[in-house]
Amino acid sequence: MWDYTDGVMEQFHHPRNVGKIDNPDGVGEVGSLSCGDALTLMFKLDAEGRIDDVKFQTFGCASAIASSSVLTEMIKGMTLEEAAKVTNRDIVNKLGGLPDQKMHCSVMGQEALEAAIADYYTRRGGTAPTTQTGSIVCTCFGVTDEEIRKVVAENDLTTVEEVTNFCKAGGGCGGCKERIAELVEEVQGQRASVEHKAKPTRPAKLTNIQKIQLVQETINAQIRPTLQSDGGDIELLDVEGNKVLVAFRGMCAQCKMAEYTMKDVVEARLKEFVSDDLFVEEVKD
Amino acid sequence: MQSVIYMDNNATTQVAEEVIEEMMPYLRDKYGNPSSMHTFGGQVGKQIAQARQRVAALLGCEPDEILFTSCGTESDNTAIKGTLSSYPNRRKVVTTRVEHPAVLTTCRDLERHGYSVSEVGVDGQGRLDIDELGFRLDDNTAMVSVMWANNETGTVFPVEQIAELAKARGIVFHTDGVQAVGKIPINLKDSSIDLLSVSGHKLHAPKGVGVLYVRRGTRMGIFMHGGHQESGRRGGTENVPSIIAMGKACELAMRDRADENKRIRALRDTLEKGILSSCPDCFVNGDAENRLPNTSNISFEFIEGESILMLLDQFGVCASSGSACTSGSLEPSHVLRAMGVPFTAAHGSIRFSLSRYTTQEEIEFVIEKLPPIVNRLRELSPFVKT
Repeated sequence: MWDYTDGVMEQFHHPRNVGKIDNPDGVGEVGSLSCGDALTLMFKLDAEGRIDDVKFQTFGCASAIASSSVLTEMIKGMTLEEAAKVTNRDIVNKLGGLPDQKMHCSVMGQEALEAAIADYYTRRGGTAPTTQTGSIVCTCFGVTDEEIRKVVAENDLTTVEEVTNFCKAGGGCGGCKERIAELVEEVQGQRASVEHKAKPTRPAKLTNIQKIQLVQETINAQIRPTLQSDGGDIELLDVEGNKVLVAFRGMCAQCKMAEYTMKDVVEARLKEFVSDDLFVEEVKD
Repeated sequence: MQSVIYMDNNATTQVAEEVIEEMMPYLRDKYGNPSSMHTFGGQVGKQIAQARQRVAALLGCEPDEILFTSCGTESDNTAIKGTLSSYPNRRKVVTTRVEHPAVLTTCRDLERHGYSVSEVGVDGQGRLDIDELGFRLDDNTAMVSVMWANNETGTVFPVEQIAELAKARGIVFHTDGVQAVGKIPINLKDSSIDLLSVSGHKLHAPKGVGVLYVRRGTRMGIFMHGGHQESGRRGGTENVPSIIAMGKACELAMRDRADENKRIRALRDTLEKGILSSCPDCFVNGDAENRLPNTSNISFEFIEGESILMLLDQFGVCASSGSACTSGSLEPSHVLRAMGVPFTAAHGSIRFSLSRYTTQEEIEFVIEKLPPIVNRLRELSPFVKT
């Protein structure tokens, strides 16, 4: 059972500002179903440009609801410039803390606010002063490099695991952990040295047994988690020289994208981790 | 403290009062070691033999086919690793995608040691395709491990039929019977099941005791080396009080199973009907026909399971959820995902699991308290279209 603070429980049991606003000035929607949570936040400004009314709707656990609720309380009466400075750390502090694995709930709140402010400026034909850009690092949960830099800097994170707890990046297939480690190093480089995770070195020459074992390990560690997260699976049937024979299972077996997955995921990963000479063939039952 | 309404019996059960009474003397006065030569210890050995008989009676097998272990997970590990070590030339295991982690994690770990593991999927109702499972069996297959009943949905698998398939090809068949034993009739003598795991605390015995049924003549390497206990098949001084308790729990299950399960099934059906008729947009997960009598797994659309559990907890109602938020991982239940249950519905799933101690009043209480909880959370949800 989670060890939630009194602040979280109070906000969860008595959430503030639930619902929608007619003709809002800004709306932010973040999260997605596959992540297991989603948040919609909207606000209306008064004549002086301060947040007059703010409402939210959340699909998520107790900490997601509490984070959204407390955030609406915090920003009511603020100007957009003031609201834009609210960080996920502020939300956590206001709640009296969150369990490590639930930190992403506070980040989601802060992101929804940012999106709503950006939406406000877009509606008026401009761009937000702090609009976030960046490229996607974690494809499983759609987290960008900018978002990762931000949580690392604001929460003084030093490990990949912490980053996953805060913004989910790296929590799916794990294929982006290397890139996250680089981003942590980039941000923390001046302040703290980060243990650099070396890329797994490819052995120069493999015996047949070693090759088969490495193929199996690569399939287990690099490929199966991705497929399993989509309800599919893959089975290694045999290795003949450089030909790797596999079969798709579960959802993958009927998937129209299977051919693409075979080349772009399975074969690419095996080439990367085992040997450039490998090629993959699908065996259908 | 307010009273607890316990509907999480697939997680663990209350130890039966009769069971506690039976085991207490072995915690206090009768502390002898059953391996000792003196009467003081030796008399304990006789009680263990009686416990073994009681377990065998419930399972419909011989006492010498019963091995006491520390838990269901140990039984599963022993069965899988012990079998593989006896068939060094066979390097494949066939199992399902919906197994308990005690089996699934053990099998996936084997892949690091050069084994191949074939996981058979399930359909939308959580049912296995027996033909597909049959196609996966080959001369390289050492064993098949398929659970008797699924812990999350209660779906019961035709393990006796699968055991026949395996037997026809000379393959060892193991079943994780942790959720099935005590809830459905089992007669191992008439089946081709070679190995079956049981856990004490799922049938009103304490935590820390399990059983592995090993059919006579089954080749199985030793998992826990040590003394001559359990006929040399599992070393370590016997957990005497818990083994005595396990025997008593099996005796009670044997005596009451038919009547109790009829009553529990009726309560479960009342609960299910009550919830489905008062909460829109919810549905039952699992195979409606072949299902444990005590289990109901319901998905509530648009809302998340941890929030439901925490609001139920306010009223002392204990249940569990397949939501990712309750697990510490970011993934919802592997069982519901394997069934293809959509993400929101998987996140919004709640499992109620009843026991012989569940009452009609408790069922009515949950039926009354749940709809306002669901409505309240739906008011918060961005996915409800108004």
